[in-house]
Amino acid sequence: MSADLDTVSGQLAALASGATSSHALTERALQRAADAQLPLNALISRVGAQHALAAADAADEARAHGQAGALCGIPYAHKDLFCTAGVATTCASRMLENFVPPYSAAIHERISSAGAVLIGKANMDEFAMGSSNEHSYFGAVHNPWDLTRVPGGSSGGSAALVAARVLPFATGSDTGGSIRQPAALCGVTGLKPTYGRVSRWGMIAYASSLDQAGVIALSVQDCARVLDVMSGFDARDSTSAQRAKIDVAAALALPLKGLRIGRPRQWFGVGIEDGVGAAVENALAQYAKQGASIIDVDLPSSIYAIPAYYVIAPAEASSNLARFDGVRYGHRCNNPIDLADLYKRSRAEGFGHEVQKRILTGTYALSTGYYDAYYVRAQKVRRLIANDYARAFTEVDVIAGPTSPTIAFKLGEKLSDPLALYLADINTVGVNLAGLPALSIPCGFSAGMPVGLQLVAPTWREDLLIGAGHGYQQVTEFHRAAPPAAGQTETVHE
Amino acid sequence: MSVDSAKVRAIAELARLAIPTAQEAAIATELSAVLDLFDALAAAPVDALTPLSHPGDPHLRLRADLVTEGDQREAFAVLAPAESAGYYLVPKVIE
Repeated sequence: MSADLDTVSGQLAALASGATSSHALTERALQRAADAQLPLNALISRVGAQHALAAADAADEARAHGQAGALCGIPYAHKDLFCTAGVATTCASRMLENFVPPYSAAIHERISSAGAVLIGKANMDEFAMGSSNEHSYFGAVHNPWDLTRVPGGSSGGSAALVAARVLPFATGSDTGGSIRQPAALCGVTGLKPTYGRVSRWGMIAYASSLDQAGVIALSVQDCARVLDVMSGFDARDSTSAQRAKIDVAAALALPLKGLRIGRPRQWFGVGIEDGVGAAVENALAQYAKQGASIIDVDLPSSIYAIPAYYVIAPAEASSNLARFDGVRYGHRCNNPIDLADLYKRSRAEGFGHEVQKRILTGTYALSTGYYDAYYVRAQKVRRLIANDYARAFTEVDVIAGPTSPTIAFKLGEKLSDPLALYLADINTVGVNLAGLPALSIPCGFSAGMPVGLQLVAPTWREDLLIGAGHGYQQVTEFHRAAPPAAGQTETVHE
Repeated sequence: MSVDSAKVRAIAELARLAIPTAQEAAIATELSAVLDLFDALAAAPVDALTPLSHPGDPHLRLRADLVTEGDQREAFAVLAPAESAGYYLVPKVIE
């Protein structure tokens, strides 16, 4: 089959012309997933092959009767924090190792209704807490470009599956960069929508004022197609916004000529690798060549984004994860002597180290005597950061810079220095604090590893991201670059 | 170091996490490193600002006062680590 069958758009065209069937595409995806499992460890919860193929046959049937939805017959995976009725949903945690939800997440309903075929659930950092996918109860995910390196996180499994051409798209969630950073480190395209654009109903919560569901695919056009299906008002999520849908066709046609792109001085300073900086500067030069203007802007409060994020996110996590108490669902310890022992040991056994650390951090930040100094102050800093972006957007249409200051690092390299791992989020967390939409697109290589360009837009202006990203992908080839053994992963077994 | 073993014990009690005594010192060191990171917030010029709890300061919607969820007791109870006749079982609380 041709390489174009690796993309959503290519698969849809082949299905529409009758050149292939969903059954064939799903069989191919299942085979590639099986081949890639040993080297990548990117899937953790399975949909049985028979179930996936039955869904594919139903999609073929629907198409034959002229009832094909927008994603009819396309195989995909969910990050394993989206509830899927009857299919295990683990959050990559021992706590939920045996959890089979009685209901499905809103985005699963929407994507299923559009006819897409779920083949499995992607590995991730436990409860979405991490930037390397090393904090998974089911083991680390490996980067398809270099199996000794991390794929980024927390949606590392989703990014690895798409990069390895196992699946044309996968869902993700982004609390502090968890879609954009792994997309950058794996050389794929990741879109984090505006806070409130996509329903979080049925998405297991990490930090509720920051969490947003999104998508990882091989192109901006594919991300836009999936976002169009995922997004929309949902009364069951109290933060879901009643907004008009994005006009995807109009967004894709946005000209780069005249686009004002802000280049934040603070994103190009200390800590950025030379090769990453060079690739991003080349991307900005390409935009300039297409007629966009590059304007230096300031986001002076960027220096506070990491500490503010690591107060607010753990504080909210400590509250959200209180529900995992060993009583209603989830892991329960053996032979509890009393109720307090049941709670404490179930939680200590069920949660991994990083999750426990963030719960403790959040509990501390919310405790008497520290609440004002940490939590309230961090929320004020959050407004400061949001004001920075608002000011910048009076001068420019979008902001652009490196998604991550480094390429994918070696597995284990930063485990002994957790703060170094937190700093990997330096350019991404501010976007979540302000609730903005952002995109990461491949823009080159450094030392043979992909580099991501992050584009940020004002709230509800995903159309600008789609236009700017798609325009770039029309004149560059970086998003088409595949890891050496993609699609024939048997050759990368070690 | 801003957190010691006694503080770790106190926070762990609030968070309902059983931390083995042997790990308290190591966790104290890790938490202290994170809390040191937070010290940077003290320098931020925020005195004139109000806290931002959610992006865009959204107002929560009200909904009609109607029953929208049916009885799903059995579907939920089946997920419990220990249940009987639709009830969640826990260790004896009252003698």
